[in-house]
Amino acid sequence: MEKVSILIGKGVQKITHLRGGGGSALPGLVVERINPNFMKKILSKLPYGVVVISGTNGKTTTTKIVSELLQKQGLKVFTNNTGSNFVRGVISAILQSIKLNGKFDFDIAVLELDEAHAVKFTEVAPIDYALLLNVQRDQLDRFGEIDHTAELLQKVATATRKTVILNREDPRVSKIKAEHVEYFGLSNQLIKKFPSDDDLISKKQTKSSSQTAKVIFQDLKNNRATYIADTKNYTVNLKLKGAYNAFNVAGAIALCHCILPDVKIKKFFDHTANIESAFGRGESFTINGAEVELLLVKNPSAFQLSIASFADNDCDYMIAINDKIADGRDVSWLWNVNFSQLPKIKVVSGIRAYDMALRLKYDNISVDNIIEDLPTAIREFTSNGKKHKRIFATYTAMLEIRKIISGKSIL
Amino acid sequence: MTIKILHLYPKEMNLYGDHGNVLAIKRRCEWRNINVEVINYEPGDAIPKDIDIIFGGGGQDSGQSKIEEDLQRIGPKLKSMVEDGAPCLVICGIYQLFGKYYRTADGTKIVGANILDIVTNAGPERLIGNVIINSYGFGEIVGYENHSGLTSIGPNAKPFGEVASGAGNNGKDGTEGCHYKNCIGTYLHGPILPKNPKLTDFLIKKALERKSHTEIKLQKLDDEIEHKAHTSAASRPR
Repeated sequence: MEKVSILIGKGVQKITHLRGGGGSALPGLVVERINPNFMKKILSKLPYGVVVISGTNGKTTTTKIVSELLQKQGLKVFTNNTGSNFVRGVISAILQSIKLNGKFDFDIAVLELDEAHAVKFTEVAPIDYALLLNVQRDQLDRFGEIDHTAELLQKVATATRKTVILNREDPRVSKIKAEHVEYFGLSNQLIKKFPSDDDLISKKQTKSSSQTAKVIFQDLKNNRATYIADTKNYTVNLKLKGAYNAFNVAGAIALCHCILPDVKIKKFFDHTANIESAFGRGESFTINGAEVELLLVKNPSAFQLSIASFADNDCDYMIAINDKIADGRDVSWLWNVNFSQLPKIKVVSGIRAYDMALRLKYDNISVDNIIEDLPTAIREFTSNGKKHKRIFATYTAMLEIRKIISGKSIL
Repeated sequence: MTIKILHLYPKEMNLYGDHGNVLAIKRRCEWRNINVEVINYEPGDAIPKDIDIIFGGGGQDSGQSKIEEDLQRIGPKLKSMVEDGAPCLVICGIYQLFGKYYRTADGTKIVGANILDIVTNAGPERLIGNVIINSYGFGEIVGYENHSGLTSIGPNAKPFGEVASGAGNNGKDGTEGCHYKNCIGTYLHGPILPKNPKLTDFLIKKALERKSHTEIKLQKLDDEIEHKAHTSAASRPR
């Protein structure tokens, strides 16, 4: 049955590919229909099992960190890095990697799944490890889901057979119960830099919890991050950008050490140094001799963390806000972000450039240029000065900017 | 002179950036050298004396159920303030709860604070998208709505405006919001005040006049960015 499914699935993949469709879910859909146990059978054979990484923010980067750290230890890692982070997408990714004879030559699966799909996944396949990052408000036109999301993650934790790794500092995540739990956390000095969703809106500050954490993110100076694991200090010069990515490293290493307890934890820290940011998550480009970083901001908490990580008076800043469906049609969420740590902004751009300029005005931050057209805005922003440059952009603005920069149409 | 803004339930009712409205009032006072104090009111708190502006925003259903009982408790106090001419802006969830009742999909009737002559019944679908209204007295207003409750206005209140694009109170009678004395209830997020500065200044002016018992002429501000953001929002599809 598996071989028939593979054949059919690969066939559909070929046809959708020939017809020019990206169609990454269709082959998965077909196989899911004809053989509902397909994924379970394939994944159950993996000697190190299945890892699920979920939460509102940081899944893509954390999945990349975990996959690369395990690969460094010689494991063959299967991951859904095409961004198809739902069940059918995972099946499609399996179909792409599996041999026609049914050989699925991997040791472990590391899967990025959003909260709702992670629950669906647990219903059709086993999970051995889960790393749960955070529960934060997504774009605000989704309605009132934050408590519901925490319940979804609880279901994922309950279904996990070995260890669940939890963010100790997120109140909705740290209260999740499971048979075997490990935590990753922040030092007291860093906690105020990482507002939980409640801290963003309430006058009552959430306090650090008392559970012992396997890995603690201690401090970050420039890109030099320090961690504590089992009372020892570790220092890493990260290529990854930003404090929140440095925090994701703590979760990733806690997870990797649960999977491979015989590997010295120092090795994981050492190998983290070479890991680079994922697509659009702090990618860097060099334009006219200056480094330009592109930072995706998709919701208020991510934007707030990005500002906490990247506010710097020696940088030039640009912010690009679109309101297409993938960005969220409603731009009200900009008012749930506090911009007051940022210096003056050189350019604001995108379809809702004037909304962004208005938002900055009410935080008393000055804006040099308001240019709705993105190519013109990028040309202006990169035209002079060797100063380090940072661009915060919503999803579709990020894609457009990436195209402008990599197409070199403006250089 | 200090203007005191009472921000109702900032923790429970905090969706859609509505607290940007408080920031808009605050800044437009500060830019005119008027002192401002914002009081974040949470359930169980006492309402301080000498409140000048009342504000409440939208929230998710779980937030709404947490505040219903408390709003019952402070309702009479808020009502007497509104009757006395205190300027007030309530959005979406609190707008509904300032009315007579909200009837949920299963027929449960949640009694409101009875400050505005409106009733709301749960509707079959969410009404979501950009909105433009022609208001009575504040010109064109832009915002973003996201609600399923359908509101009707009784004889003792007028609508805030008529819908030019969008659904408004109920998607049927073409009305949006409710205006009673100096209290405005509306479904518009955005948040509503920053892109509609005339409305912000109305609240500030009424607050100062009620406090000083004299007519006030507010100092003019440069609203170029406000107007451009308004125009840009008005040009977006539903």
